Amino acid sequence: MALSLTDKRLRAALLAAPLVIFVAVTFLAPLALMLVRSVYEPAVADSIPATLNALAEWDGRDLPGEEIYRIAGMEFVALNAERRLGSVATRVNRLQSGMRSTMLGTARALGNDPPAGSWRDAMIAVDEDWADVSTWLAISRAGERITPRHYLNALDLDRGAVGEIVAQPEDRRIYVSLLVRTFGISAAITLISLMLAYPVAWLLAHAPPSRAGVLLLLVLVPFWTSLLVRTTSWIVLLQNQGVINDLLVVIGILAEEQRLAMIYNMTGTIIAMVHVLLPFMILPLYSIMRTIPPRHMQAAASLGASFWQSFRRVYWPQSLPGVAAGSLLVFIMSIGFYITPALVGGRTGQLISSMIAYHMEQSLNWGLAAALGAILLLLVVLLYLIYNRLVGIDRMRLG
Amino acid sequence: MRSELQTRHSARSEAESQNLPTLTSLTLALALAGISAAAGAQTLTLVSWGGSYGRSVERAWVEPFIEATGIEVQIEDYNGGLAQLRAQVETGNVFWDIVDMPTPDAVRGCDEGLLEFVAAGDLPVGADGAPAEKDYPPGTRSECAGGGIVSATIIAYNDELFPGEKPSTLEDYFDLERFPGRRGMRRVPVVNLEFALIADGVPLDAVYRTLDTDEGIARAFAKLDTIKDQIVFWEAGAQPPQMLADQEVVMTTAYNGRIFNAQILENQPFTIIWDGQVQETSGLVIALGTPRLDIAKRFIEFASSSESLAAISKYISYSPTRYSGNALVSTHLDTGIEMGPHMPAAERNMRRALNSDWFWWADNRDEMNERFSVWLSR
Repeated sequence: MALSLTDKRLRAALLAAPLVIFVAVTFLAPLALMLVRSVYEPAVADSIPATLNALAEWDGRDLPGEEIYRIAGMEFVALNAERRLGSVATRVNRLQSGMRSTMLGTARALGNDPPAGSWRDAMIAVDEDWADVSTWLAISRAGERITPRHYLNALDLDRGAVGEIVAQPEDRRIYVSLLVRTFGISAAITLISLMLAYPVAWLLAHAPPSRAGVLLLLVLVPFWTSLLVRTTSWIVLLQNQGVINDLLVVIGILAEEQRLAMIYNMTGTIIAMVHVLLPFMILPLYSIMRTIPPRHMQAAASLGASFWQSFRRVYWPQSLPGVAAGSLLVFIMSIGFYITPALVGGRTGQLISSMIAYHMEQSLNWGLAAALGAILLLLVVLLYLIYNRLVGIDRMRLG
Repeated sequence: MRSELQTRHSARSEAESQNLPTLTSLTLALALAGISAAAGAQTLTLVSWGGSYGRSVERAWVEPFIEATGIEVQIEDYNGGLAQLRAQVETGNVFWDIVDMPTPDAVRGCDEGLLEFVAAGDLPVGADGAPAEKDYPPGTRSECAGGGIVSATIIAYNDELFPGEKPSTLEDYFDLERFPGRRGMRRVPVVNLEFALIADGVPLDAVYRTLDTDEGIARAFAKLDTIKDQIVFWEAGAQPPQMLADQEVVMTTAYNGRIFNAQILENQPFTIIWDGQVQETSGLVIALGTPRLDIAKRFIEFASSSESLAAISKYISYSPTRYSGNALVSTHLDTGIEMGPHMPAAERNMRRALNSDWFWWADNRDEMNERFSVWLSR
């Protein structure tokens, strides 16, 4: 008996194993790797150990002595010969713009023509940035193996001269406001989707089966259409010289110069994303509503409740699990949405995903991209916990 | 046009349509990179930009190369950036052999040890016998690149929307009083900061010096401020001609080749303003550690000849970087029109042209991007 139970468990484990392994390899491992990247950056520390060692003794206030210049200069020249200085310089450049050409240019010049006398004078002669304390501070900070700077960056913070945490200058504060906007737009999208989807799902759930089938098809066809096709269709409809504006002008509701700006802004992002995500709201609602017996409403009516009363006290509470599932699904998906806001968001409709993509693909600052992603993940988890407190996740059903 | 937009975005849209957050899908792509790398050992993979330019690359370089050598070449599209290449080189799993890359990226990739060196001595001599090292204008070739194409970001307008006076200078792009209407602009700081300063009266040779100062940057953004609420932003190169055709904007920044194609192949009433344009070069690079280094080098050699570079101009109005290639520019293959006057390198078009300073941008791109993003959201 006990043996056969173990047997059954083993079989179950074996059956689930392919999926578990797949998820571990393709999802959990990369996710963990990205999280590690957000705080761990050994590249600089591994490349210029001697310089960093020498800088560890330095007080950080006055310019370092000749010895440090010599060690650093020689190390840069040697690294450059192995073509490894570029990636170090790029990383230091993130802490202080201009460091890339300062380091590479100096290494190139000194490599061709090693100084006979003072390295300090030679380096300052090539680039006067070497006479600046902040240059050395940047190098020493870039050399931290485990660093909070990506998280500080992602929250628009920086470290001052003695390591205190300060706010970024105003013209470089970008991420916090983008995060706030991302959550705001996502909340708006969720709410609008819910308001649009609820009546449709009701109709689907309570129409006669033949008509419900047709209606369901109408919901699913856009769902099966390429996301890009749907997004570009919205451009055709909403743009300034688009179908809707043309129609409004022809009917005479708008004058030619009053055409509405419905796309390439936040409005465009919201409209297009609501459309893209609507099925994810309708389907959970529909599957829950189908399980609500119509007799409950009839019973409430027969006991004298008005339609509104019986809806509020009988139907709505029973549909809540679907509302919860749909809302959570739509909200979480819209927080990470990328292509639609990129195409129709213009100036004011961009989400945080655009910055994550920029740092992944363009600036190659994967540490910062990872930190932004981690903050997003953390906020979603927090939200989920609060949501769980309010709605109760055990009540959430997808059908 | 629409379909072009689609291909340019297909890599991204795939990830999106599976509804994974971008971050996860990218890491997932890294994890899966090993699986797709097993494809044939002697098929060369060339990565370029797709769209009308990608077709020119296929017809001018790839097809003749296959014919001449019998080596299979597979073409893939990408959207720029070094991320995918870096992932391949760092994991030792290179399946992109040759990448068509803007010079700033090639220089950065070269510095970071992601690319093979391409010695000038390995490149063929020009059609006029000039050795390669003297045949490229100074500062246009990375030590890791062959090939060499010049493109320009220009201002273009829709003729039909200016029945009277026509805009003719870069200043007119910023002049909403004389030329009212919305402007298209790429949503990046690159080129736009230069445009702003040139239009604000900064001489060409002082543009990057001005941008080196905080006041200069403030001045550029202040100039952009003057048209901010009239700007419609674009991302993909196929968008601006579409926006002009739809009359969504009256004037826009664009790549000259895209506007040329719309003018010539689609008979669109567009005009290019050759004034204050910013020129950029691009080249062909080899991923470090590719197992197909030999045939990759053969391809670079093939595509770097004056004739091959000039062949691109039979299909699209981008100039060869090499002097000797420019001398060979003739006519558009499909329509027979003379290409000379449409090229960025044409003398008449070069009266006020700025060469993009990749060195400055390599140093300041991240910071400028932050400031630009802040400017956008304000």
